This record gives sequence, structure tokens and C-alpha cells, in this order.
Amino acid sequence: MAIDTQTVKRIAFLSRLRVEDDKIAAAEEEFNKILDWVEQLQEVPTDDVEPLISVNENHLVLRRDEVTEGNQAEAVLANAPMKEYGYFAVPKVVE
Amino acid sequence: MTGMIIKGKSGDWEVICGLEIHCQIISKSKMFSGASTHYGSDANENVSFVDAGMPGMLPTLNEQCVRQAVKTGLGLNAQINKYSEFARKNYFYADLPQGYQISQFKYPIVGEGYVEIDLEDGSSKKIGIERLHIEQDAGKSIHDISPTKTFIDLNRAGVGLMEIVTKPDFRSPEEAGAFLRKLRSIVRYLGTCDGNMDEGSMRCDVNVSVRKVGEEGYRTRNEMKNVNSVKFVMQAIEYEARRHVETYENGGMIEQETRLFDPLKGETRVMRKKEFAHDYRYFPEPDLLPLVLDDAFIEEVKSEMVELPDAKRRRFVAELGLTPYDASVLCEARETAEWFEKAAKGHDAKKVANWMMGDFFAMLNEKKISIEESPITPENLGKLVDLITSNVINGKTAKDVFAIMAESGESPDKIVEERGLKQVTDSGEIEKIIDAVIAANPDNVAAYRAGKVALAGWFVGQVMKESKGKANPGMVNQLLKTKLDGK
Amino acid sequence: MTELTKLTIAEAREGLKNKEFTASELTEAYIAKMNECRKLNAFVCETPEKALERAAVSQEKIARGEGGDLEGIPLGIKDLFCTAGIATTACSNILKGFVPPYESTVTSKLLAAGANFLGKLNLDEFAMGGSNETSAFGPVVNPWSKDIPLVAGGSSGGSAAAVAAGMCAGATGTDTGGSIRQPSAYCGVTGIKPTYGRCSRYGIIAFASSLDQAGPIAKDVRDCAIMLKNMAGYDAKDATSAIAEVPDFEKVLGADIKGMRIGIPQEYRVEGLDKEVAAYWDKAAEILKSRGAEIVDISLPHTKYALATYYIIAPAEASSNLARYDGLRYGNRVEGTHLDDMYINSRTAGFGREVKRRIMIGTYVLSAGYYDAYYLKAQKVRRLIRDDFVKAFEKCDLILTPTAPTAAFPIGDKSMQENPITMWLNDIFTVSVSLAGLPGLSLPIGLNANGLPLGMQLIGRAFDEENVFKAAFALEKDAAFRGVK
Repeated sequence: MAIDTQTVKRIAFLSRLRVEDDKIAAAEEEFNKILDWVEQLQEVPTDDVEPLISVNENHLVLRRDEVTEGNQAEAVLANAPMKEYGYFAVPKVVE
Repeated sequence: MTGMIIKGKSGDWEVICGLEIHCQIISKSKMFSGASTHYGSDANENVSFVDAGMPGMLPTLNEQCVRQAVKTGLGLNAQINKYSEFARKNYFYADLPQGYQISQFKYPIVGEGYVEIDLEDGSSKKIGIERLHIEQDAGKSIHDISPTKTFIDLNRAGVGLMEIVTKPDFRSPEEAGAFLRKLRSIVRYLGTCDGNMDEGSMRCDVNVSVRKVGEEGYRTRNEMKNVNSVKFVMQAIEYEARRHVETYENGGMIEQETRLFDPLKGETRVMRKKEFAHDYRYFPEPDLLPLVLDDAFIEEVKSEMVELPDAKRRRFVAELGLTPYDASVLCEARETAEWFEKAAKGHDAKKVANWMMGDFFAMLNEKKISIEESPITPENLGKLVDLITSNVINGKTAKDVFAIMAESGESPDKIVEERGLKQVTDSGEIEKIIDAVIAANPDNVAAYRAGKVALAGWFVGQVMKESKGKANPGMVNQLLKTKLDGK
Repeated sequence: MTELTKLTIAEAREGLKNKEFTASELTEAYIAKMNECRKLNAFVCETPEKALERAAVSQEKIARGEGGDLEGIPLGIKDLFCTAGIATTACSNILKGFVPPYESTVTSKLLAAGANFLGKLNLDEFAMGGSNETSAFGPVVNPWSKDIPLVAGGSSGGSAAAVAAGMCAGATGTDTGGSIRQPSAYCGVTGIKPTYGRCSRYGIIAFASSLDQAGPIAKDVRDCAIMLKNMAGYDAKDATSAIAEVPDFEKVLGADIKGMRIGIPQEYRVEGLDKEVAAYWDKAAEILKSRGAEIVDISLPHTKYALATYYIIAPAEASSNLARYDGLRYGNRVEGTHLDDMYINSRTAGFGREVKRRIMIGTYVLSAGYYDAYYLKAQKVRRLIRDDFVKAFEKCDLILTPTAPTAAFPIGDKSMQENPITMWLNDIFTVSVSLAGLPGLSLPIGLNANGLPLGMQLIGRAFDEENVFKAAFALEKDAAFRGVK
């Protein structure tokens, strides 16, 4: 399952990261090296094996439906790089 | 068969449609945090650090959201899955703080079920439910405050949603409309979602494709996101189906794409082509363990179930003798059905139903009030019907009494008593009036007796007038006839 | 009076109680040591004023005979734990300037026990790395370095180096694939990754949620026991935290280990295992045997697949966990012409090379068409790895292995820089334990010929940290090696 240039670009975009054009070839090579290495897992027979999602064998504990947080817009916004009128602000989103 | 057939040059086409409906869950706090779900607060006031996707914050699941989903699942006659898993749906968007939505993917909390819809021609049809899963809502992007920026309000981020996916069972816009109304009625009965499409607490994605009548399998479908009224859903299906047929008949192909329905123009347009399709990279949410429901929990939810519109409607027909149409009108909203049941208790249910669907609904409409705000109590409407059936007042007086009740809220007994509106059922008294009318109108008596029997009505009118409307019309008829004919 | 910064937590606690010195004096001594050792680059944020204020409060409590288990004890906090009002960066440029308005559960518990925080400790960016070289603040220098600077290990390199150099009495760490144990081994200190779920992850910046676990790094086994007791416990704010009672780990120290079965996994005798490491491994087994423990050979057949499994699961979870760093609500933003542009600019500038590499690998293994072949496969193999341990623990009570295949290596080592897999191989003895969610403790066993410390790892059954501590305490005593500089 070798990765090509298109795939590197697609994965970069899905990750919202930029790989400069002159770095793509190197990235491609590195990915393929890593993928070749993890390929070893294919030799493990796992047909009857259930995937392990959590090592914690408990089940989910549910929270009671109570309002315990809120009214802290200031703290929520305190770290925002840009905020206006109590909102977070970003460059215009065009749909 | 209620399917919509589009006649094309090349033959008949049928419409294939499925719906995905997002219903906001009614709960006090959000699905994964203790922030309030209250609508209409100041920007970012109902936001916990979890909702804002702050570093190191973790979700904790609200029991009420689970309960509401199970309840809705039961209302959809669906399989409740004792084991379900949360999964992350990964995508970047300004109002999605974590960069993923916590949803369910492989193992939803509710599996297959069905909803029975009633169609205008009196037939009914089962619409299959594929699944119901729970997930968190996103925040809101506000584009119209600043010309250069988008503002983000996270108050809605993390509110619980139920996504209900139907099977592609709809064959006409009408069926989809009937389904949405029925679904809305069910969730409102259950109190799991307020069902307001215009406020966005119920949102609908529509999938449409067409195929030749008799053709097997499905053709490419298009999805229309966030269509926000029943009417628009029906319009969107119709528009889209016709567009597909036209495209195929002109030798074109339908590409898989996401489209937007424009309610102003009544048409759809491309939003996103497949090549820009998301790759959501679903995987099991490692911050939450699997959700395992025990029998006791499911039984508890079952015990909290209310009678749903279909069951109620059937009971109204079978036990109370209502027509199927009347029953379904009265059952659409739980409040109406419950009001009706209170009013009908111990009284003539059919007459109560007639009064509700006639004068009573007209009164609510005219006053622009909800049933809960009605000045007339259900008990009083029942009493009014009793006064009629027991001949205390006649139908005409009843209308007047109803009008007074609508203004004053007083009980009909009191109105009738105080205003002396009881109908006269003493035959001696009625005979006296009849005698007087006969005596005063010898010409008409003669004419009647000469064969102008149509005058009988005129005589009834005169007697009623003399009795100030209180005479029992049946007795008046009978006694008059005897007197006029009997001589 | 001995140098205060050389005291263990247990000793310092006694000294405070017996009024041999005050909490303020203790804190001042550590602050002086922090200044002296600043070139090690262990701390990325120092809060001496706060520490002195708190020390004064602690001193009053101690004087009244009050105070918690860790009253007045100066600790360092890995900069992955959110600390209210104190900058928390995960040593990433993307979190530059971020000041959390909340406290992590683990640090809240330590504060409640009276601990005093000296500042935030360096780590590999978002805990992704095994040498602390991926930190945006630069690498930590191992206090054992001689002519050339050596790595302190990672990701909790700052924590291990600070404890080793006496810059704090103990430190918090986190361990995803070995991030507590491996730097502990490289720096000659003791660290334990408890059972997954022991410590709440609330307020700890996530790397790989199904693996991340907090734990202490300290001067010896007893200090780890004291610290862990004050860090662990069920937390309703973390759905994955375990509903399990937290024993008083300190109580079991010194208990007899006669009859305890110690498993030696044959698969860990890997090719190229450092001879000195192998020799110390045998020595450690001998020590335990001489204490009456029974040494048994065990097999963990899927060991060789653990690294590949880990390097699928951890990046996959990381790619999702790190999606929130988008420059919108906090952290560093690099403006762009539109939203995606802003995301790409902010993330490209904010994340370092190793983090980007892992985000992209993680994105790839989860993407449509590859999920089953990579992620699902890795989860299945993860179960086999876990099951290996379950079976092994039918034959033994504890497992003994080296912590890392070698001692600390030089900063900027070329082979590791050029090939990420070479770097990842340092985790070979620690990742299986993480994948299985088991407790694993690393303690220093002695020096190699170059005078660098080596560590041994003791692995226990889930929630059986008590046996781990018991055996570690015995091993520590008889190895008679104290790693702290």
C-alpha cells in the first residue's frame, strides 16, 4: 500500500498541514518506510480476534442531568487570539 | 399505492427517498458536559471547557440523553441495543471546537424499527427506520455581523442530538411529509424533542434518487442538507426527482453530490461535489467506554412510556366510536388528545369530538391561543355536551352558551341557570304557545290545512321565537304537527 | 544537616515534622538548585514566588501539626498537566501563551495534599518523542552527561532530569508508550506508570487517550508510592478512570517477597540487546531470587508486534486529539485568507516535525479504505498482546525486564534523527505494557561502563501496583544503587 504524491497532499489537507512541494518527495519516502515497517502486522492471524477498544473493562458511568457549569464566557474566551462582542472571531467563512 | 410517478419521454419513473433527521434532545444539561442547553442566552455563556474543546478536557455522558434516545427508539418500534459505542467523526470546522464530533458509528444505541404513516387516501404505510444514534451538536457560525469575519457562539456546541435514519422507503413527497409530521408527533408525545423545525431543533437531510418503474436497485442519489420545514422537504423531493428524470432523459448522468435547497426559489443547487467529500475517519471514541444498558434501565424507560398517537387513535376509534379521521386529527398533538380525553370522560365522546373540531378549534384559532390557554376547560366542554344530550338546552342555545364560556370561562350549568336558558320541555307550556300562535295566524293555518305543508317550518319558527328559543325543537315539531293536522 | 535537595520526600516530610527545617527553607533550597542547574533545560516555566508563598502557608500548617501527606514538598509538574493560571504549553509552539482556567485532577489532588509546585517541566512536544528533543523549548540535558550532552529520555525528560539533578523532590510524568519509565531509566531515578485508569486524565493534554496515564517520577520507590497514592483515584470527570480503591502503597514496602513468582519473558532478549543491560537483568533476577522469589520463564509471543501496533494506535488517536489546535479558541494563530488557510498556517507553524509526522500517519491509518488494514488490525493485535500478559500472569505474579535497550544516547544522534523508527525502537520494552494497560515501574539498577545509569522494569497485573512496589523496594534495597546525582 504505497503512498503517492497525491495521497501525501490529501493526507496533509485532511490534517490541515502544509507540506511544501519540495518536501513532498521526502515525506512520501518516509511514509512508505513507516508503512512498510507496520506492514509486519499483516502476518498476525486475527480473523477471530475482537478489536480491543479499551483496556478498562468497566462500562460507561452516566452523569446525572444537572447544570453544573456555565456563565463563564470570560474564562472560555480568555485565551482566544481574536474575539469580538463575546464571540470567537475567524476569517469570513464562505459556504 | 400512493407513489409519485413522473411521466417521462422514455417511460414512467418512480421516486426513491430516504430521510436523516436530527432531533435535539430535551435535557437540562448538554450531552457531554454540565453546561445548560438553554436557548437564547448571551453568546458563549452556556459553554463549559469541555464544550470549548480546551486542552485536556474530557466528555462525560448525560444519562438523560441516553434515556431520551431509548424512549424515542421504543416510540419508533425499534430494537434497543444494549451495547453501543461512541465514535469520533473527524472534520475541521469553525463551530466544531474539538475538531471532531462525538457520534455513534458501528454500534448505534437504537437499531431497526418502523413508523406507520397515514396517507390522505385513507391508506397507511410502514416506513422502515434504519437506526437512531446519539451525537453532539455543533456551535453556531454567525456570518452577518461583520463583513470580514465569522463569529462563533458555542452555546449550542455539545447539546444532545438524536439522528434518525430511515430506509429509502419514501415514494412520494407526500409520504415524506406524513412521516415528518408523524415523527414530530411521536417525539413531542414522548417529550424527547420539541420538534420545532423552524427553530432548528429538528433538522432534516433528504436523500433523493429516481429509477424506472420496475427497475431493480438504486441509482445515484443526492443529499440535501438542513431542509427546515415539512413543506420545503416535500418541495425539495419533488424538484430534485424531476431534475434527475430530466437529466437522465437528456442523456445526462447524476453525480453524487451534496446540494442545498433554496426555499425562496424552490430549487436545489450544488453545495459540495464528491471529490471534495469529507473523509470522516470514524474510530471508536477512546475517551468514553462502551455504553452498556441493563434490562432494568430499559424496563424503567418502558414504564415511563406514554400512549403514542397511533395507539391512542386506534383506541379512540374502537372504544369511543370516533371516525378514523377525527381520531387522527385529535391525536396529532398530545396536548389536544389529552384535552379531548378529559372532556370526553363520562360524556358523549363523538359529540365532544365534533365540538372540539368545530367551534372549539375555531375559537382557539380566532383567539390565537394554544389549547393550554383555552378559557374553556375540558370538564366544562363535557358538561355542555351533557346539557345538550340530556335535552336541558337545545343546539342553538348551546352555541350561545359556548360563546359565553369562551369569553367568561364560566361553567355551562351556571350560564344556563343564571340566564334562564333551559329549554322548555313541559308539553303543557309548549302547547300553550302553539295554541297562541295558531290562534294568532288563522290565514296560515287555513293555507297549511289546504295543503301548503311547507308552512310547518314557519310555524316552528314562530313557536321557537315565542319561547325565546328555549322550547325543545323536537317537541315543538311533534306537538305542532298534531295540532295542525289533528283538527 | 545534609543538603536539603538530596532528601527524599519521606525524609523531607520527617524533617519538616521534626522542625529540623521549614517548608520555606526546603523550597528555597530547591529554587537555588533550579537556578544552578538551569542549563539542563528541565524547567520551561518557573514559579518560585508562588512556591515561596505556598511554602509559608504550608509551614503554618505544619507548625500547627496539620497539613496533608505532601505538605510543603516541592514538586515539578510536567508541562502536559493543565495548571490554573499558569502557562501550559505541552512544549509546543501551538500552545504558546495558553493559560488554562482550570486545574488537572492529578495536580488538584497533589495541591490538596499540600504539595508545592516549583514550575512546569520540559517534555517532548505533546509527549511525542523518546528523547525530549522534539520540545519547542529544546532538549533537556541528562544530568549524567559527561563530555557530550546526553538526552534525558522522553517524553517526561524534564521530570526525570529535574528529579535526578535535585531540582525538585518529585515530579509528575505521563506515560503513553514509556514516557515515564524510559527517561527514569536514562536519568537514574524511579518512575511508575500505574494501571490505565488509576489516575484521572482530566486536565492532562491528551496524546493518545487509550494509552495516556499519569504517574510519579521520584528519587526512590517509597517516594513513588507516596506520590502515586496522592495522584490516583476515580474521577467522575474522566469516563476512563477506574472505579477502584487506592491502597496505601507505602504500607506494603518492606513486605516479604518470598514465594513471589517473577516472570522473565524470553521475547525480550532481543537481538542487539546491550550486554551490560542483559547482565543487570540477570543480576536483578538473582537479587529477587535470593529474597525467596521464584524465577519463571514466560512467553509473550506477540511482543515483536507491539511497536508497530503502538505506532498505529497512538498516532491515530493523536491525529484526532490534536485537531482542536486550530488557532481559533486559544494558542497560536497565523492568519490566513480564509478559514482553512488559517488552520493550515497555524498548524503548520505551530507543530514541530515529529508531531506533524504522527498526525499525518494517524490521519492516514484512519482514512477511508485503510482503516481495516491498519487501525482495526492494530486494535486486534493489541488484544493479542494484552492476552499474552493475561496468560503469562497465570504463571507469575510480576514480570521483570530491562526498561530500555540501552543507556542514554547523545543529543542529536544522527541515526535517530534520520530514521524515526530507530528512535521508536527505544520504546521496545515499554510499549507492550502500555498497550496492555498494566502498571510498570522503572528503577535504577546500576551504572554501565560509561558511568551511565540503567533501569529495570517491573510489570504487574492490572491494579496490582502493590506487588510491583513490594518487589521494587526489595530490589532497590539489595541493588544498593542510588541514581540521584
